[in-house]
Amino acid sequence: MIPVAYSLRNLFTRKLTTTLTVIGIGLVVFVFAAEMMLSSGLKKTLVATGSDDNVVVIRKASQTELTSIVQRDQADVIKAEPEIAKASDGSPLITSEIYVLINLGKRVGNGSGNVVVRGVSPQSMELRPQVKLVAGRMWQPGLSEIIAGKSVADRFKGCGVGETVRFGGRDWTVVGIFDAGATAFNSELWGDIDQMMAAFDRPVYSSLTFRIKDPGLFEAMRKRLESDPRLPIELKREKVYYAEQSRAMSSFIGLMGTVISIVFSLGAIIGAMITMYAAVANRTKEIGTLRSLGFSRFGIMRAFLLESVLISLIGGILGLVAANFLGLVQVSTTNWDTFSELAFSFSITPQIIISSLIFAVVMGLVGGFLPAVRASRLKIVESLRAV
Amino acid sequence: MFVLKLIFRNALRHKLRTFLTILGLALAVMAFGLIRTFITAWYAGAEASAPDRLVTRSAVSIIFTLPLSYKEQIEKIEGVKDVTYALWFGGIYVDPKNFFAQFGVDHNTFFQVFPEYLVPPGQMEAFAGERKAVIVGRKLADRFGWKIGDHLTLIGTIYPGDWDFLIRGIYTGKEPSTDESSFFFRWDYVDETMRETMPGRAGQVGWYALRIDNPNRAAEILQKIDTRFDNSLAETLTETEKAFQMSFIQMSGTIIAGLQVISGLIIGVILLVLANTMAMSARERIPEYAFLKTIGFRPFHLIGLIGGESLFIAGLGGAIGLILLFLVSKPISLAISNFFPVFKIETITIILAICAAFLVGIVSALFPIARAVRMRIVDGLRVVE
Amino acid sequence: MPETLVKLSNVTKSYYRDSLEIPVLTDIDLEISAGEFLALMGPSGSGKTTLLNLLAGIDRPTSGEVIVAGENIAKLNEGALAKWRSRHIGLVFQFYNLIPVLTAYENVELPLLLTDLSKKERRKHVETALSIVGLGDRMDHYPRQLSGGQEQRVAIARAIVSDPTLILADEPTGDLDKHSAEEIMTLLSRLNSEFKKTIIVVTHDPRAAEKAHIIRQLDKGELN
Repeated sequence: MIPVAYSLRNLFTRKLTTTLTVIGIGLVVFVFAAEMMLSSGLKKTLVATGSDDNVVVIRKASQTELTSIVQRDQADVIKAEPEIAKASDGSPLITSEIYVLINLGKRVGNGSGNVVVRGVSPQSMELRPQVKLVAGRMWQPGLSEIIAGKSVADRFKGCGVGETVRFGGRDWTVVGIFDAGATAFNSELWGDIDQMMAAFDRPVYSSLTFRIKDPGLFEAMRKRLESDPRLPIELKREKVYYAEQSRAMSSFIGLMGTVISIVFSLGAIIGAMITMYAAVANRTKEIGTLRSLGFSRFGIMRAFLLESVLISLIGGILGLVAANFLGLVQVSTTNWDTFSELAFSFSITPQIIISSLIFAVVMGLVGGFLPAVRASRLKIVESLRAV
Repeated sequence: MFVLKLIFRNALRHKLRTFLTILGLALAVMAFGLIRTFITAWYAGAEASAPDRLVTRSAVSIIFTLPLSYKEQIEKIEGVKDVTYALWFGGIYVDPKNFFAQFGVDHNTFFQVFPEYLVPPGQMEAFAGERKAVIVGRKLADRFGWKIGDHLTLIGTIYPGDWDFLIRGIYTGKEPSTDESSFFFRWDYVDETMRETMPGRAGQVGWYALRIDNPNRAAEILQKIDTRFDNSLAETLTETEKAFQMSFIQMSGTIIAGLQVISGLIIGVILLVLANTMAMSARERIPEYAFLKTIGFRPFHLIGLIGGESLFIAGLGGAIGLILLFLVSKPISLAISNFFPVFKIETITIILAICAAFLVGIVSALFPIARAVRMRIVDGLRVVE
Repeated sequence: MPETLVKLSNVTKSYYRDSLEIPVLTDIDLEISAGEFLALMGPSGSGKTTLLNLLAGIDRPTSGEVIVAGENIAKLNEGALAKWRSRHIGLVFQFYNLIPVLTAYENVELPLLLTDLSKKERRKHVETALSIVGLGDRMDHYPRQLSGGQEQRVAIARAIVSDPTLILADEPTGDLDKHSAEEIMTLLSRLNSEFKKTIIVVTHDPRAAEKAHIIRQLDKGELN
C-alpha cells in the first residue's frame, strides 16, 4: 500500500489550492454544526424547563398557557386530587398561575419584545427548584414588586434590581433577579399572583402546575380528569408541555438547517471534486511511475481518496473550532408558539462534534471518489508519456 | 476579437472542471437568491401596508382586548375617516398543522377600511345576512378545496368549544402582493356566544384598524388617540400599519439576521470555488504566460485574459443560477404560501446576485493575475509541471 | 564587412540565493555578425540558457553591456524592452510552448497581434511562415494533433513570422527523435542560408551543432 505520508505530503505541495478547499469545507461544516447547535440549544432550554415529576394543567385544546383559562372552581376540584404530592408544610404541592405577555423596550437598539409576566404563588418556587434567587430579595406580599429572570434583566429596559416596569396600570419595582439556568423561565418576570390578577383584572388562572407523587400514576390520572365533565382541561407532563412549546420553531430551524446544509455541502463537494481532479491531472506521470513500480490500482485509488478525506477532515476540524466560539453567543427570538421572547444559546454536544466530523469525511469521500477512480484507471504507458 | 476567442477556449480547456465550477457557482447563486427572497417575503407584509391606516391595540399586551365602546370615541377624533375592528380567533381546523389566520370582523366596516380585499357584492350581502357566515381568501379556499356553501368547524383555543361556520364568500386581493389566505368571520358571532356563556368576555375586540384622511398627519393623530385613552382601564398603543407589521417581523429579527449571515457565507463559498479553479488554471499555464510575455504581451493583456476568463465563468454561473432560482421559486412559493403569501423574487435580489457574481469573478482573478504579471519570464519558462 | 549585430561586453550574471552569490556567467565577451549561424555548446549547468536569455532580453545581466541591433538592452525599461523584443527577437524552446487551445495558424499569428497589421496582412505573413516550415496544409490543426517535430516547426514559424532580427533557439531538438531533430536543424540552416537570418542555437547535442557555422563552448560560465 502506498504510505499515508504520500497523501499527507501532497497536501503541502499546492498550498493555495489546498487552503482554499480546506476553508470551503470548513465553512460548510461550520454552518452544519451551527445549525445543529442552535437546535440543540433550543431543545435544551425548553426541555430543561420541565421537571419529570411536574404536571401542567391547561384548558383543553388551548395548547399554551397563553390562551388557556382555568376557572377558580375547576382549580379547587383539581387541588383535592389524591395523586398530588404534599409540600413541606403538608398542603398539596400545586400552584395556580397566570401568564400574560407584555411588551418591553430592549436595552440595546430600538426594538421591543414580548416578555412573559407570570403571577405565581409560594408553591411555585418549591415546584421549580431550578429557579434560584441570585440578587436582591423576594417580593413582599401586598406590594407592587416583582423579580426578573436573568435574561430579561440583562436585555430589557427597567428590569434590573431597583428599576421599575410599567404594566397593568401600575409601576412595578424589580426587587430581585433569579437564575433558572438554561430554561424558559429566565425570560420571564415573576410576581405575586394576587397582585397580578388585580392589576390585569383577570379573575381566572392561566394554568395549574403540581408535583405528582409518582410519574407512573400520570396516565390514569390524566384519563380520569380529562373525562370529567366538570373539567374542560388537559394534563401534560411538564417536560412534554415545554417540548411542544417550541414545535414550530424547532421544525423551522431544523428544516432550514437541513436545506442549507444540503446546498452548502453540494458546493463543498464540487469544490473538493475540482481540486482532486486537478491533483490527478497534474500528477499523471507520477501515477504512471507508481503503477510501474508495482503499486496496484486500488492502492492509487486509496491514496487519492485518503488525500481528499484528509483535506475535508482538516477543514472539518477548523469549522468545528470556529463553531465552538458560537457557544459564547446568546440568541433571543420570539417563540412562534407562545409569542413570547425566548433566550437560548448555541450548545455543543459530543454528538454534534462526531456528526460534523463524519459529515466532513463523507463530503471528502463523495468529492474525491470519482477523481480517485479516474486516477486508478489511468493506463500506465500513457501516464508515463504525459508531460 | 482575439482575446475573447482565447478566453472562451481557455475556459473550455478542462471541460469537466469548468462545468463543475459553473455548477457550483450556479448552485450558490440560486441559494443566495432563495435566502434573500425568503427574507424579503418576510418583510412583504410590512411593505404592503397602507400609508393611511393606523392600528390601535392594547398598550399592555398585544394579547389583551379593548372594549367595543372605544369605537365611537375613536371615530370622533379629528382626522379619522373610517374605523373597524377585528379579533384574533386562533382556532384549529382539524389539525394544528393546518394553521391559517382567523379574524372576527365587523361586517359593516371591515371591508371599507381594507378595500384591497375584493368581495363580489352578492357575497358581501350574504356575509351581512348570516351570523355564522365566513369570507375566505382565494388561496385559502384552494388549499382546502372549499366552495361557497361549505360548512366547516373550528376548535376554539382562546374561545373554547366547537364553532360552526358557513362559507358565504371568497375574496381576492387587489394587488399581487395582497394576502389571500385569511379567514374573516363575524365578530358578533363570538360576541353573542360569549354573552351567553362567559359574559365577562363579551364586548371586547382585539384591535382597531382605522383610516385617516391625511397620511402625513399620522403621528399627530395616533398621539391624539392614545392620549384619549390614557389612564383608562385599557390604555391603547396606536401605530401606523407598517410599524404594527414590523413589530411582528422584529420578533424574528434574530432568525432573519442569521439568514442574512448565511447568505453572506454562501457568497464566500462561491468565491472559494471560483478562486480555487482560477488559481489552478493559472498555475498550469505559467509557461504560456511567460511565453506571451517574451513575445511582447504586456501586463494588461494578461489581466484581460485571466480576468476575462474568470468573469466569463462567473457570469455563466450567475446566469444559470438565476435561471435555476426562477425555476425553483415557483414550487417553493406554492409550498409555503400558507405562511408567506408573497414569495416574489425582487429586482434588488437579482441585481445583488449579479453584482455578487461579478465581484467574485474579479476577486478570484486577482491572485492569479498578480502572480502572472509579477513572475519573471525566466522563472516562468523554467517551470515544467 | 558584415555588421556586428550582437555585442556582449564584460557580461556577468549571478544569482542570489539568500545571501549566497552563485555566479552563472563570468566576464563574457561575444560578438556576432549579421547572418551568422552560431551554436553555443556546453554541459548542463554551464549557463548556456542564461546567456540566451540575456540575448533575448528576458533577463538582465548583473554587470556588463548587452548591445543587440545597436540597442543597449540592459538599459531599457520593461515597457521598452517588451516592445523591442517583439520587433527583434524570435524564440524557439525545447518544449515548444505552443498554446494548446490555439490552432497552428493562430499560434503563429500571435506575435503579429501586437502590431498594427490588418487581418489580411497578418494572414499573408502567417501563411508564408507556415509554408516556409512546410506546414501549409496543417494550419487548422491543434498542437495535440501534431507530432513533436511538427509542433517545433510551428514554433519556428511563430518565431520568424514577424521577421525578427535575431532567432534564438534553446535546445530546439532536445525533445525530438533523430529524424525530426535532423529536419529541424536543416530548416534552421535553410533560414540562415536562404533567408539570411541570424541564428543562435544553444545545445548540448553535437549533431545539432554540426549545421552551424561557428561553435563556441561555454564551460562553467566562461566562453572560449
